[in-house]
Amino acid sequence: MDRNAKLPETEEGTILFNVNPIIVKHHYEIDYLHSYAQDSPFFAGLAGKKLLGSRCTACGCSYATPRGHCMECGAATEWFELPQQGRVHTYTTCHFGGEAFLKETPFTLVLVEFDDVDTLFLSRLVGAEPDEVTIGMPVQARFLRNCKFKPTDVYFVPA
Amino acid sequence: MRPVYMISGGITKFAKAHPDKDFRLMVKEAFDYALADVPALTRKEIDGSVCSYFSDHFTRQLKAGAMVQDYLGLCPKPSRRIEGGGATGGLCLQSAWEAVASGRMEVCLAMGFETMSRVNTWKGNEFIALASDTNFDYPVGGFYTGYYAMMVRRHMHEFGTTAEQMAKVAVKNHANALHNPYAQSPGVLTIEEVRSSPMVATPLTIRDCCQMSDGAAVAILASEAMVARLGVRPVLVSGVGCGTDAMRMADRPHGKVVLLPHESEVDYAELKYPGVHSFRGGRMAAKLAYRMAGVTDPGKELDFVELHDAYTSSEIQTYEDLGLCRYGDGGSFVDAGAPFLANIEYGLRFSGSSRWPRIPVNPSGGLLACGHPVGATGLMQAVFAFWQLQETIGKHLGDATLQIPDARRGLIHSHAGTGTYITVSILERG
Repeated sequence: MDRNAKLPETEEGTILFNVNPIIVKHHYEIDYLHSYAQDSPFFAGLAGKKLLGSRCTACGCSYATPRGHCMECGAATEWFELPQQGRVHTYTTCHFGGEAFLKETPFTLVLVEFDDVDTLFLSRLVGAEPDEVTIGMPVQARFLRNCKFKPTDVYFVPA
Repeated sequence: MRPVYMISGGITKFAKAHPDKDFRLMVKEAFDYALADVPALTRKEIDGSVCSYFSDHFTRQLKAGAMVQDYLGLCPKPSRRIEGGGATGGLCLQSAWEAVASGRMEVCLAMGFETMSRVNTWKGNEFIALASDTNFDYPVGGFYTGYYAMMVRRHMHEFGTTAEQMAKVAVKNHANALHNPYAQSPGVLTIEEVRSSPMVATPLTIRDCCQMSDGAAVAILASEAMVARLGVRPVLVSGVGCGTDAMRMADRPHGKVVLLPHESEVDYAELKYPGVHSFRGGRMAAKLAYRMAGVTDPGKELDFVELHDAYTSSEIQTYEDLGLCRYGDGGSFVDAGAPFLANIEYGLRFSGSSRWPRIPVNPSGGLLACGHPVGATGLMQAVFAFWQLQETIGKHLGDATLQIPDARRGLIHSHAGTGTYITVSILERG
């Protein structure tokens, strides 16, 4: 037993914004080991400059996004290659955004529609001023050369 | 199932920040207000609770609901947490309804909060965007205003809706809130001021969007026997409904409209539905709630609506989902003045069309002017609707301007994500 036991003092302090009430800075960050699991072939496809969609093996419903199973009938889907030309279904230019994207503003988001595919694809449109974008405008997929295995590995430009 | 009544409610003042109160104290204030409104009701009669808050990121605390239960002195009674994005509050109310309807509880407390001021606005937008698909949507530029901007752009394309019609919704809701002391940002606005405000995501300006808030709200639900025992003026929760849709709006189908009793298939022969212009989940929630409450023509059978106007655009889209007007008529519905209060001067000229009876929408000021502390928002709507139906708006707001004369039946609508979870509840005089 040591009645003079002491915790060691440290030099670290606390960043304080206010004292009434006390408001302190609390930092938090984390690295995940995140698996794309059954959607992995989509991201591998982007690295090979391919856009992969999902087609239902039972009802034939086709999706412009990865879906392992059909939303309409529940059957398994198979991968199929999407066309790399489509049209702007809708669009916006973001002048603000979440903190992670603020430095990229303004950027234009589009939902792309493809011939004979039942659903849409969310992407960025570059190469067009905000007032040059219209619904129905033809667009062409383009891929990053250095793949980051993120959905932004593909983006669209005016066709 | 047995009938369920709302017997009391309480709300804290919604504000950009309440650094002097943590979430436990905010809920405590709303709870104490609700208890004080029913003198015969004490904590002893409350059998349990449901707690709603959206984001563990904002709270910086997991299992925060347990801390609220603890702080309110309700341990060891049952409690649970409900989370469903923006619809968290509406889902919470319906969960409390289920507890009483099933006979599990005689009195159930629905309590909700959010403390969004604990991070800066842009980090807050990032947290909210994490409620979109984090593999496919968030990394492309995760930003809810951007998603809603794309949806309304398509609504404009399909139906001819205009940015000016959207601005009129902002004018309405901010003006209504001038008479609501709980509201965060009441104000007198003009269409020009809304349109010339900083652009957030085309065509939505900052005045088309609700603000982040700190706040709490509670609603207390009870069985018929408890209503009689407590001697309160009850409000019946006569219908509850909930609907959902694909998490990624890109995945929404382009099929047939889900019809309400007063509509027919020929009304929408050409319309591909819901696409990204409409909220199928909201339509489903309304359909189920109307069926339970026996509503067959909502525009004529409801006296007011408190709906989830996170954006001016989504208020217009929601008029249509709720069947207050046909799909495509939301903009004209605004131009006609139908969702405006009769006794407030808005500085707007209306079209004079009498296609729709007047049905005030968001008399409280809605999310646009009251603020949107997510977990509290759906419960705030329940409290305002409750006070309308009790005819106690004057007592609780200190100003009776927003009291709708002879309000007998109202609808509240809570909405998450890009329409992924949506609840509709019908309240009427007990």
